[in-house]
Amino acid sequence: MPLFALVGFLVLLAFGRRIGDPVAGWIGTLAIAGSFVAACITFAGLSHLPSGAREFTQTYFTWISVGGLHVNAAILIDPLSMTMAMFVTGVSMLIHLYSIGYMKKDRDYSKFFVYLNLFVFSMLILVLANNLLLTFVGWEGVGVCSYWLVSFWFERDSAASAGKKAFIYNRVGDVGFLLAMFLVFSKVGTLNYLSVFANRHVLAGGTATAVMLLLFLAATGKSAQIPLFNWLPDAMEGPTPVSALIHAATMVTAGVYLLCRMNEVLALTPDAMWVIAIVGGVTAFVAATIASAQQDIKKVLAFSTVSQIGYMVLAVGSGAYIAAIFLMVCHAFYKGLLFLGAGSVIHGLEDEQDLKRMGRLRKWLPWTYATFLVAWLSIAGVPPFSGFWSKGDVLTNVYAKSPALWALGVVTAVLTGYYMSRLFFLAFYGKDRWKDPVPGGAAHHSPHESPWVMRLPLVILAVFSALAGAFDLPWVHHYDFASWLAPVFAHSLYLDHEGTVAQWVLATIDAVMAFVGIGVAWHLWKSKVNRPELERKFLINVWYWDDFYDTVIGRPSQSLARFCAGVVDARVIDGAVNGAASLVRATGSQARRLQSGYVRNYALGIAFGTAAIVVFVLSRTWW
Amino acid sequence: MVTMSHTPAFPYLTVLVLLPAGGALVVAAMMKAPKWALSAVAMVTSLATLALSVVVLVLLHSRNGRFQFVSNHVWVASLGVHWYVGVDGISIFLVLLATVLFPIVLASGIGRRLDARAFAAWMLLLEAACIGSFVSLDLILFFLFFELTLVPAYFIIAGWGYARRAYAALKFFIYTFLGSVFLLVGILAVAFIHQHQHPGSGLTFALPALEHTHFSSVDGILLFLAFTAAFAVKAPLFPFHTWSPDAYTEAPTGGSMILAAVLAKLGTYGILRFDLNLFPEASKTMAPWILTIAVIGILYGAIVACAQRDLKRIVTYSSMAQIGFIALGTFAFTTQGLTGGVLLMVNHGLIVAALFLLIGWIHERRKTWQVTELRGLQAPAPVLAAVFTVVTMASIGLPGLNGFVSEFLVLSGTFLTHRWWAVVATGGVVIAAIYLLWAYQQVFHGKTDRANEKTRDLSWAERAAIAPLIVLIVFLGVYPKPVLDRITPAVNRLVDRVELVTHTKQPLVARSGPAVVKDTAADGGTGPSPRGSR
Repeated sequence: MPLFALVGFLVLLAFGRRIGDPVAGWIGTLAIAGSFVAACITFAGLSHLPSGAREFTQTYFTWISVGGLHVNAAILIDPLSMTMAMFVTGVSMLIHLYSIGYMKKDRDYSKFFVYLNLFVFSMLILVLANNLLLTFVGWEGVGVCSYWLVSFWFERDSAASAGKKAFIYNRVGDVGFLLAMFLVFSKVGTLNYLSVFANRHVLAGGTATAVMLLLFLAATGKSAQIPLFNWLPDAMEGPTPVSALIHAATMVTAGVYLLCRMNEVLALTPDAMWVIAIVGGVTAFVAATIASAQQDIKKVLAFSTVSQIGYMVLAVGSGAYIAAIFLMVCHAFYKGLLFLGAGSVIHGLEDEQDLKRMGRLRKWLPWTYATFLVAWLSIAGVPPFSGFWSKGDVLTNVYAKSPALWALGVVTAVLTGYYMSRLFFLAFYGKDRWKDPVPGGAAHHSPHESPWVMRLPLVILAVFSALAGAFDLPWVHHYDFASWLAPVFAHSLYLDHEGTVAQWVLATIDAVMAFVGIGVAWHLWKSKVNRPELERKFLINVWYWDDFYDTVIGRPSQSLARFCAGVVDARVIDGAVNGAASLVRATGSQARRLQSGYVRNYALGIAFGTAAIVVFVLSRTWW
Repeated sequence: MVTMSHTPAFPYLTVLVLLPAGGALVVAAMMKAPKWALSAVAMVTSLATLALSVVVLVLLHSRNGRFQFVSNHVWVASLGVHWYVGVDGISIFLVLLATVLFPIVLASGIGRRLDARAFAAWMLLLEAACIGSFVSLDLILFFLFFELTLVPAYFIIAGWGYARRAYAALKFFIYTFLGSVFLLVGILAVAFIHQHQHPGSGLTFALPALEHTHFSSVDGILLFLAFTAAFAVKAPLFPFHTWSPDAYTEAPTGGSMILAAVLAKLGTYGILRFDLNLFPEASKTMAPWILTIAVIGILYGAIVACAQRDLKRIVTYSSMAQIGFIALGTFAFTTQGLTGGVLLMVNHGLIVAALFLLIGWIHERRKTWQVTELRGLQAPAPVLAAVFTVVTMASIGLPGLNGFVSEFLVLSGTFLTHRWWAVVATGGVVIAAIYLLWAYQQVFHGKTDRANEKTRDLSWAERAAIAPLIVLIVFLGVYPKPVLDRITPAVNRLVDRVELVTHTKQPLVARSGPAVVKDTAADGGTGPSPRGSR
């Protein structure tokens, strides 16, 4: 399955530049289509087995084997990993197709697909690995692809810096991942998921809490949660298909996947679950407030992604793993669609990303408009679109864990409806503001609809965004998501036992909240463009998180580095060395008068000196 | 505990040392020969050496941790000095590191030199001295080779270096020579003490014999410090590193490559081979101190690298941090830590050599190493940028490339015995990403300015020269098994010996993995229990 992506990567790496536009893109897309087909076949094969037997390990070769540490390059096929592989390859395939049109005429056209194929390969390694270390390989692989793709237009300084920032923030999280692996190995002697789970009693207590919190630190980096979330908005500097694929649908959900994968250990530690739930809930809320005030269409979507992943993390912290995965899949469809739609808008307006310079695009971009509409209703949580079911599933479970977190989640749901509607109305309704000339620039040409390779993925994703809720309807208990994934979470799954009435009430509240958010936005933004009272500096500047890090960590460490290099290294340490040398020289020039200058005298001196030291050392043994 | 086995009919190792030395003499004698003839002789010699070392690798018994291909001949009978050489799973890879890198240095270096004859001769002599150091089992023989490396290294820096080459070469020579004085005294003292304890055996400098010497704890520590002084300077370990920024920066590209990739390993190899074998107790006693120095070196090197504006200095300080990781793994006294340390010696050699080679090429094109003067090179030189980014990622420790495997082994091995040192050292991983990505961004990203827009991309000859390094960087990242399978038995012998002498044991998981855990579970009677859901 990952092999197709790898072959695509290697072929394009070797010949991509010669093949060029657009054949290289088609090769890349075909490779991923191959992976998708392979995933489908495996998936079908797995689903024909009885539910207890859906777990295979396939070993390719021994990667690292030193003493007690034994790590294979091996994949674990089970319902969880196959669910991930299915939607990762499926969405990737559509976004590859879209990129054929979007990246047309780019100088590094084939290189784009090289990175994209490598990304999908790494992502498949991440989700299929049968041990923590191999997952880490995929984890870092997607990270470095994200770095390369965010800084793809490297001539823009902001893009280059954004790629670097993303990598370094993730590196901080990686420390958590590494330390968690060291800890697991030192206690259990293996990094294989299944062996670790079989011996999980060894980890019970503080160790499990430490392991899970360290892994959660890694997850906050990769999945852009507090405190490491602020690399994601900057990462929007990458080409839009990259934002859709990596920074919305797949890579950023890896942290949630990791926590779900480790559910058997997570279940040992209620403390860590509380931390995860609270961080997820708070992130969802904070990011939603920020999204309400952003002006750049991609920034709104970026903070929306942070917020939605916050929901997933909240679900994991509540023990509702299936709800988390369900939301992850639905989110991949509608958020991927939102980004591709935004890309279509940006493409149509020739690289305009400012919402205030759009307006009334529904007349000009009918396909984009119609598909965006579906995604909008879906993410806002309007029934019967997929977002309603998946978010509702999360919130119902959270209610059982903590009504306070549930309330936070509901407030966030209102905000979600609000900021998405604000974006939607600003972009597709109102006046044709793109006709206004910019100060110092010209007005845009009339927007043009995208070619079919870009429209087709939009339509397919729209269908899934609308209908994906059917995967896991609360009253269906056959061939649904819950019973498919249940074996993976058998030991640790939290099953809510809310009564039917309670479920109905909660679902109704969800739906009402979605309409409240949309209604408020309609009232405020349908005709007005500027409302400074709602776009506070505090929110536009992301609660001043970046400035805070810069003041507390950035500047002091720069000073420290300069101090170490300029003073400690050059003056203190090297100064001592050179000082000793000068001292010797000074002594030497004084002593020179006593010396004859003959080499044999020096030799004699050295011999005597050496002998003296030897005698001293020996004397300690002999007497 | 070092014993010999499998004495071959053909003296592979002796030939391995003499081949480049002979090549050096031949090249030096070719007074009036044209440059191509010199290059041909030098290249053929170094490639033949490489081929021979590969033969040794293939013939080496991988599951055998002992010294193999042993030759032992009396050299200076009156002093008890022997020509006593052998390799095990540890030293073979350091020999290979040298034999792989020297042809690349010669191929990329000779053509452009003013005095190609002397350059090639010194390089081949240096290769002989390096290989000799790695295969010596007689302490005096080791010391001679160890010192012999200084002479060609000095002349290469002083003869073909950059602006401040004279200062740098002299500082390098005096500093490392000073360290060696302690080593010589230490070697003599060990031999004399051994002779005193074993009156019948006569004076010997053979490592296997000297291992049976017993030292009082104070003597052990003093001798340990004497040996370590020389090795710490050579490596260089913090705070004995200040000769290296000058020497690495002022040396010509080939000189920097060999200094950082191979000569530095003489120091770390010396610690592992001689300190740990001769003074196991003192090594164990001093471990917390050396580990602390290693961790300081990791963080300090990384922090100082962040403040550098000169590519060569950035690599120098990053190299110093990597040496810290090697020392960390060595003094963790676990199978993973030591194996990772040895693998890191090889990996660091490959990565740092590739980095210096690439930086040298940038200097040839732009006549500068200052990152402030370089900008947007990725547009005119995409292949150079691609190769540079791969090597940078290997240095940062990206899984799938070689640096990660060794780094992971070192840190996980250290975590088993010295948890908090490992935790702090892991922080160094973040800083490495900061300064290397910063440097990459400054040099390759951004809009190309007038001065940089004509930068030539890599020629086919240059691609061919760096290709072996890239192939090894990827191969050792994806499939390090053949190497690890040979290092581990040798490391286990060393760990066994230290444990036997010091009556300590490394944690059980280090040797046996999950089997141990299951046993303890059975003993405790608490099998995997189903967990109650809330």
